[in-house]
Amino acid sequence: MSKESLNLTLKVWRQKGSKDKGKFETYKLKDVSTHASFLEMMDVLNESLISEQKEPVAFDHDCREGICGMCSMYINGRAHGPQRGTTTCQLHMRHFEDGETITIEPWRAAPFPVLKDLVVDRSAFDKIQQAGGYVSVNTGNAPDGNAVPIPKENADEAFNAAACIGCGACVAACKNASAMLFVSAKVSQYALLPQGQPERKERVGKMVAKMDELGFGNCTNTGACEAECPKGISITNIARLNREYLGAMLGPGN
Amino acid sequence: MALTGLFLILFLVIHLIGNLQLLAGDGGEAFNRYSYFMANNGLIQLVSKLNFAFIVLHVIYSIWLTRTNAAARPIAYGGKPKNVQSNWNSRNMGILGTLILLFLIVHLKSFWFEFKFGTGLPMIEAGTYDGLNFAVLDAYTVVASAYSTLPYMLIYVVGMLVLSFHLYHGFQSAFQTLGLGFSSYKKLIEVIGVVYAVIVPLLFAIIPVVMYLQQA
Repeated sequence: MSKESLNLTLKVWRQKGSKDKGKFETYKLKDVSTHASFLEMMDVLNESLISEQKEPVAFDHDCREGICGMCSMYINGRAHGPQRGTTTCQLHMRHFEDGETITIEPWRAAPFPVLKDLVVDRSAFDKIQQAGGYVSVNTGNAPDGNAVPIPKENADEAFNAAACIGCGACVAACKNASAMLFVSAKVSQYALLPQGQPERKERVGKMVAKMDELGFGNCTNTGACEAECPKGISITNIARLNREYLGAMLGPGN
Repeated sequence: MALTGLFLILFLVIHLIGNLQLLAGDGGEAFNRYSYFMANNGLIQLVSKLNFAFIVLHVIYSIWLTRTNAAARPIAYGGKPKNVQSNWNSRNMGILGTLILLFLIVHLKSFWFEFKFGTGLPMIEAGTYDGLNFAVLDAYTVVASAYSTLPYMLIYVVGMLVLSFHLYHGFQSAFQTLGLGFSSYKKLIEVIGVVYAVIVPLLFAIIPVVMYLQQA
């Protein structure tokens, strides 16, 4: 059996505010349970910092169930840490070794400025969504469920794309800090369903324009985003986004 | 990158078919006839101008791409991952491309520039080849003498190795960018891409090696 507790050295990015330069601080943490989640380990670190009258490390978290997309953290050079298909809150300390040094950083991208320590402002994603990632619904009665037939494959593909939780791991992992996987998931989810058709071309044009305007990098198809996405969003969606975009540019009007 | 890249990918196949005639074993007749045809065909000359334009566009666009992408991450990460989740060559297309550009400069200087502006080039006398009643450039001898030196031959082998890495990512990446990388034929594109990236540079590289050994 492996050990039940770990002694760790943590190299954590500390930054007082968005204007501060920031630097790594090293902390020693003893007797971390291997059953603890990564965020619980961070809680233990913060408890000890508070007891020493020091400022606790600020980090984003909410549901801690791997679904809200709030937690982030770049752990040992990987978005959401070393486990595939896992958010940081669902990452457990058993994946680390006793005596290991763990480097913990915020997402790094120009459109995701650091607010404090490990917290970044991801409202750039909200702005992209507001540019077109929705279906305009006029008021009136809710339509009947299943009144519009949708092929099973399309429903499945759309659902897979809609699994995106908007955590930003794709941007963080991309060497170009590109938001293409996020945007492609949002565009795909509507492009595949009948409800998304009326605004299909307008949507892709606006969302891509907003993405570029916000300063995200360009996609060079390295595939790092797909590998780091906690929800397993496929880069096939990026191919679809490119196709949708080209289609919209060549023949505008929905 | 995708459109210009795909044109260059297509160009490489044509270029390779021409080059393989160097190994025809006929003292260079096939290659000399071919190079005479290429140098005197209006369409080929037009395509070659286009080819230069596409190379320049490919380079200019890549510089813009590299700069905007670098600007999107002003602060680099401190942590280094144990296992990186993307291919090395996919992350280093710029470096590979720069090496290919350096190779191209050497390559064009030795052949394209020589053929166009060189003086005292070896010629094949009129009537040596059936149907050609005038002297034609002995391109074969120019190429053969270039490949007779070991360092020059090695530049070509290394250049083709770099090209192989560049194409390994570039081929399938171009289709992905054009929105053609769909699951139904994504695998097929990837397989063709790998085969292309291995076979084409390998055949290109074989030519200087064989010609070097013939003269060694």
